[in-house]
Amino acid sequence: MTTSRETILSIRNLTVTYKTRMGNLNAVDNLSLDLYKGEVLGLVGESGCGKSTLGKAIMRMILPPGQITSGEIWMDGRDLMKLNKKEMRDVRGNRIGMIFQDPMTSLNPVQRIDKHIIEAIQAHEPHVSKEEANQRAIELVERLGIGRKRLLDYPHQLSGGMRQRVMIALALALKAQVIIADEATTALDAIVEAKFLDLLRELKEEFGLTILMITHNIGIVAELADRVAVMYAGRIAELADVDTLFHAPKHPYTQGLLASVPNINMDSELYCMDGTPPNLISPPSGCRFHPRCPHVMDICREQHPPFIPQALDNGEQEVACWLYESATEQT
Amino acid sequence: MTESTNDIILQMQDVTKYFPVKRGLIDQLTGIPHQYVRAVDGISFELKRGEVLGLVGESGSGKTTTGRLAVGLLKPTSGKVIFNGIDINAISAEELRKLRRHMQVIFQDPMASMNPRMTLGEGIGRGLKIHGLVSNNTEFRARVIEMLNHVGLTPGEAYIDRYPHQISGGQRQRAVIARALITNPQLIMADEPIAMADVSVRSVLLQLMKDLQQEFNLTYLFITHDLATTKYICDRIGVMYLGEIVELADIRSIYTNPQHPYTQSLLAAVPVPDPRHRRSAPMPRGEIPSPINPPSGCRFHPRCPIAQDICKQERPKLKPVAGKSDHIAACHLKTGDYIHLLPKEAAAST
Repeated sequence: MTTSRETILSIRNLTVTYKTRMGNLNAVDNLSLDLYKGEVLGLVGESGCGKSTLGKAIMRMILPPGQITSGEIWMDGRDLMKLNKKEMRDVRGNRIGMIFQDPMTSLNPVQRIDKHIIEAIQAHEPHVSKEEANQRAIELVERLGIGRKRLLDYPHQLSGGMRQRVMIALALALKAQVIIADEATTALDAIVEAKFLDLLRELKEEFGLTILMITHNIGIVAELADRVAVMYAGRIAELADVDTLFHAPKHPYTQGLLASVPNINMDSELYCMDGTPPNLISPPSGCRFHPRCPHVMDICREQHPPFIPQALDNGEQEVACWLYESATEQT
Repeated sequence: MTESTNDIILQMQDVTKYFPVKRGLIDQLTGIPHQYVRAVDGISFELKRGEVLGLVGESGSGKTTTGRLAVGLLKPTSGKVIFNGIDINAISAEELRKLRRHMQVIFQDPMASMNPRMTLGEGIGRGLKIHGLVSNNTEFRARVIEMLNHVGLTPGEAYIDRYPHQISGGQRQRAVIARALITNPQLIMADEPIAMADVSVRSVLLQLMKDLQQEFNLTYLFITHDLATTKYICDRIGVMYLGEIVELADIRSIYTNPQHPYTQSLLAAVPVPDPRHRRSAPMPRGEIPSPINPPSGCRFHPRCPIAQDICKQERPKLKPVAGKSDHIAACHLKTGDYIHLLPKEAAAST
């Protein structure tokens, strides 16, 4: 693991709890994760694993009955959890931008596109004149491949791909350094999605963006990510550089997940994983994957496995699985 | 049709479906003519008994409308849909209702396609009652339990009296599959049947559909936007663009030797779950245009990397390509008289 990388955002022991009538549910459970400057970190998992909750928690946008119950989120030498409302609003947009799955619900249907962007710029930089903000909006959308005329359109007049570009424009207008993209391409068609990924790749280089890409689509993670974190039942099961994760996955969940994804280049049969993700109100004891795990051992039922770095010649890999615990002790 | 086409279960003959666009009062008063969404615009294909035909395309390509036309859920604007030799739009509603026993549907969202107030047993077995396939309640329950076991909701006795909200999404889709199969149909139209499910559940559902297809010798019309999934279940694939089929071939030809530029782009756009195979092919410009005023000539020409003048003028027909009679594509530059117009570099790359 190279240590020269600069951490831009650091999540420490974060727990997000939803209070329900049936009991408390930890959607994110004592999770720690670092985001390095300039990387694309893919966060993958199935519905209900807590990946979207984690994204929202970073922005402190968890709404009741959800609540961040413990943990720290460090950025620019500050713990975001300790900021007041005004300071946090400054972080949202200026430092961290967020793109959601459905741009139609993120844009105001009765407001023109240019107003969205100008409003966002002026809200965060009150000294900027309207003309100046408009000029920035024009430069920005043209960079993103939208003609300046479309600034005068309303959201419903744009296609899905263009709307998603407007969302990116809003994030870039405020010069956000970190972008959290929560299923940002899920609603897009294949070709539009591919072009959007190309755009993200270019922008990452051009603006030095750091992207947390939250998705259930393993394919787009392979396409864009530098590192990948696999989440299961509120915790990270495995974290590795993208090549190691796809070619030498260690956690049985990662292995099963990858084998069940259709690959257009392969002729092998799809793997069928047993069972379904657990109910987090009463999660399984020990390792949360143990009821579905083909390699389950006694210790898996009793104790949660620690997150252990693996010794690799190239790249990095950390796994929370008892199968590899003993191996590291020996070395 | 004649009896000799016995192994053909479904024929779509030059089928079109236009949906009128709603006009405002001012448009009506000023006599602005009616506009139509040409959702399906002249498509023909055949489904052989026991095969799985995939229809793929982006949103707005007309694949769902085609599926609905195929099982008589929509009436075509023109053209014929022939199921087992019967023109399903030329028979009475009563006769069509009887025929429906043999053609069933599976939709994307199992929660939306099940009645939340019916138990799984009532919902799944409803077809048995409607078509009078059981004589008493004991037989009814036995048939439903048997089918529940078949789709992996085992033991069936434990599921028959549950409600849809009491089971998981993957289980609900299993129940929908059970409901489709209980009348012992011949044809299943499945519209994005696994798109809602989680990754780990998708492969399980896909395998289930594959097993059942073989067990009951079913014919599937499998509609999806995901070209990676079709590879695992389909025998042939039809690629749709703006209401037309632009290429149709067996699965191997589509994946290894796609001919239509749109098919090639669509395949290149599928994300491969392997970071060592990152996509490098450029994508076509723009997005799928409006089906109200589709482009002239070949509908893909404004986005096509190799389009020539002829593509703007003349609408290409489906013709055999790549030296195979059962691999057809609608592209001037790949078939017939204009093949010499194909740019040299494009010819070299295919």
